[in-house]
Amino acid sequence: MGIAEGNMMAVAAGMASCGKIAFASTFAVFAAGRAFEQIRNSICYPNLNVKVCATHAGLSVGEDGASHQAIEDIAVMRVLPNMTVISPADAVETKFAVKAAIEHEGPVYLRLGRLSVPVIYNESSYKFELGKGIELAEGNDAAIIATGLMVNAALEAKALLQQEGINARVIDIHTIKPIDVDMIVKAARETGAIVTAEEHNIIGGLGSAVAEVLSENYPVPLVRVGVQDKFGKSGKPDKLLEMYGLTASDIVKSTKAVLKKKAGKL
Amino acid sequence: MKKMDTKALKKYAVRVRKHIIDEVYNASSGHPGGSLSCTDILTVLYFAEMRVDPKQPLWEDRDRFVLSKGHCSPALYGVLAEKGFFPKEDLLTFRKADSYLEGHPSMRNVPGVDMSTGSLGQGISAAVGMAMAGKLDNKDYRVYAILGDGELQEGEVWEASMAAAHYKLDNLAVFLDYNGLQIDGKITDVLSPEPVADKFKAFGWNVLKTDGHDIEKILEALKQAKDCKGKPTIIIAKTIKGKGVSYMENQAGWHGSAPNKEQRDQAMAELDKVLAELEVE
Ligand SMILES: Cc1ncc(C[n+]2csc(CCOP(=O)(O)OP(=O)(O)O)c2C)c(N)n1
Ligand SMILES: [Mg+2]
Repeated sequence: MGIAEGNMMAVAAGMASCGKIAFASTFAVFAAGRAFEQIRNSICYPNLNVKVCATHAGLSVGEDGASHQAIEDIAVMRVLPNMTVISPADAVETKFAVKAAIEHEGPVYLRLGRLSVPVIYNESSYKFELGKGIELAEGNDAAIIATGLMVNAALEAKALLQQEGINARVIDIHTIKPIDVDMIVKAARETGAIVTAEEHNIIGGLGSAVAEVLSENYPVPLVRVGVQDKFGKSGKPDKLLEMYGLTASDIVKSTKAVLKKKAGKL
Repeated sequence: MKKMDTKALKKYAVRVRKHIIDEVYNASSGHPGGSLSCTDILTVLYFAEMRVDPKQPLWEDRDRFVLSKGHCSPALYGVLAEKGFFPKEDLLTFRKADSYLEGHPSMRNVPGVDMSTGSLGQGISAAVGMAMAGKLDNKDYRVYAILGDGELQEGEVWEASMAAAHYKLDNLAVFLDYNGLQIDGKITDVLSPEPVADKFKAFGWNVLKTDGHDIEKILEALKQAKDCKGKPTIIIAKTIKGKGVSYMENQAGWHGSAPNKEQRDQAMAELDKVLAELEVE
């Protein structure tokens, strides 16, 4: 298709209208950004069976810098009617997410990163259910709800918190839309304190989606870990995640902050 | 501005090529191939053509430049550093987290960069806007841009081209870095933009062709561009991706990968040899 993202999306729509399952892939910035309106008007409005595979999402693109780091794609994709938004945490989840995207009839936005990340799941026992979160670790003091590469950071944070006697639940939200309302409300009811973690602007992404669920169903204190409404920059991926507050220790800090709120001390 | 002789320009171009290799080597990432292919054009623009002042990067009467193929920032930064917009040592911080030399040009961070680019297709539109602003303000500054040949696949390039001709932007001269390659191979295999010259002619442009590595021919094309009234000019510059480093030349694989130490040393040796030959000539 060449370097022509807008054209590619509407071509995919045309193929889907003739019965194909069309996969269209480019950098997340150029998929959700450059081709946003083609996705809106030619894919989502007619509800066509196009799977947008958006690669190189988030700051962990690294050295290419801000122009290539999508930190707003979840936000702009989840506001589109008919769109399903998936953001897997590792290679195993990605594999199953692709299968689920094929089985699902309608537009899907699949958010993928460039950085190689640890494998969390065991392929033989893993089960992917579209729209259902995965409770990865138990705990009743607070719940850390994460997506994408932040799921692994959440598990690391859980271990660090454990050392200080804090028992945090960890939830992987691979489907950001439709979001698992039941699992989030249950976590709110049972822990009374929520932290969200995502490699995305704190505005509009997972943190916002969780805030919407909480405020309508079961309001409890919330702290959002994510990019604090600023553009990325060039640098090594790990260095950037550190600079922008997207590490396990940032989740630990935020969990302590939300526990203070829960105790009424803030 | 005093005119520079061809030999001095050639030497600048070699120094810029050396900067490119070191920037990309130090960053362990970046785009050497397309940077080396547009080096001679950029050198001529900044050292023999454009009205710019490194001491006043935001001077309002300056000529403007847009690197529409923004991934070739190593070449632009190399030229800007040689021209004195910022210290040459800073080039070694390219793409690092504590540096202002972003992977793709950022006009808010880098002195001398007139437009933030990196998303292909948009730079040429911004150049059209600058040329329109110049006309509106009755300014005599000129606007230059470099487009990639793979970049021609973006529909926006053609929207910009239509607008430039419609508004008779004869203060705009765009170079096409016609190296025949994009990330994944030949442009004609991926999605052919041919016939390129006929397309620009049909869009109402003054179309010139040149050898993008021949300093005198580039200068001559720029003169013809200035002489043409009522139309924007596209200079289709035949180039070699990776030009000047033997093992990178015409290799799509060197689009976006960094040399290792041994490769870096070989590139430097080759370029130093050219520089030494220019000294004795
Ligand atoms: C809109 C957009 N899509 C994709 C990319 C990723 N990309 C960076 S360079 C490149 C190839 C460019 O090829 P060409 O224009 O021929 O540049 P050159 O050969 O001069 O390096 C691509 C696809 C991008 N930067 N912007
Ligand atoms: Mg090219």
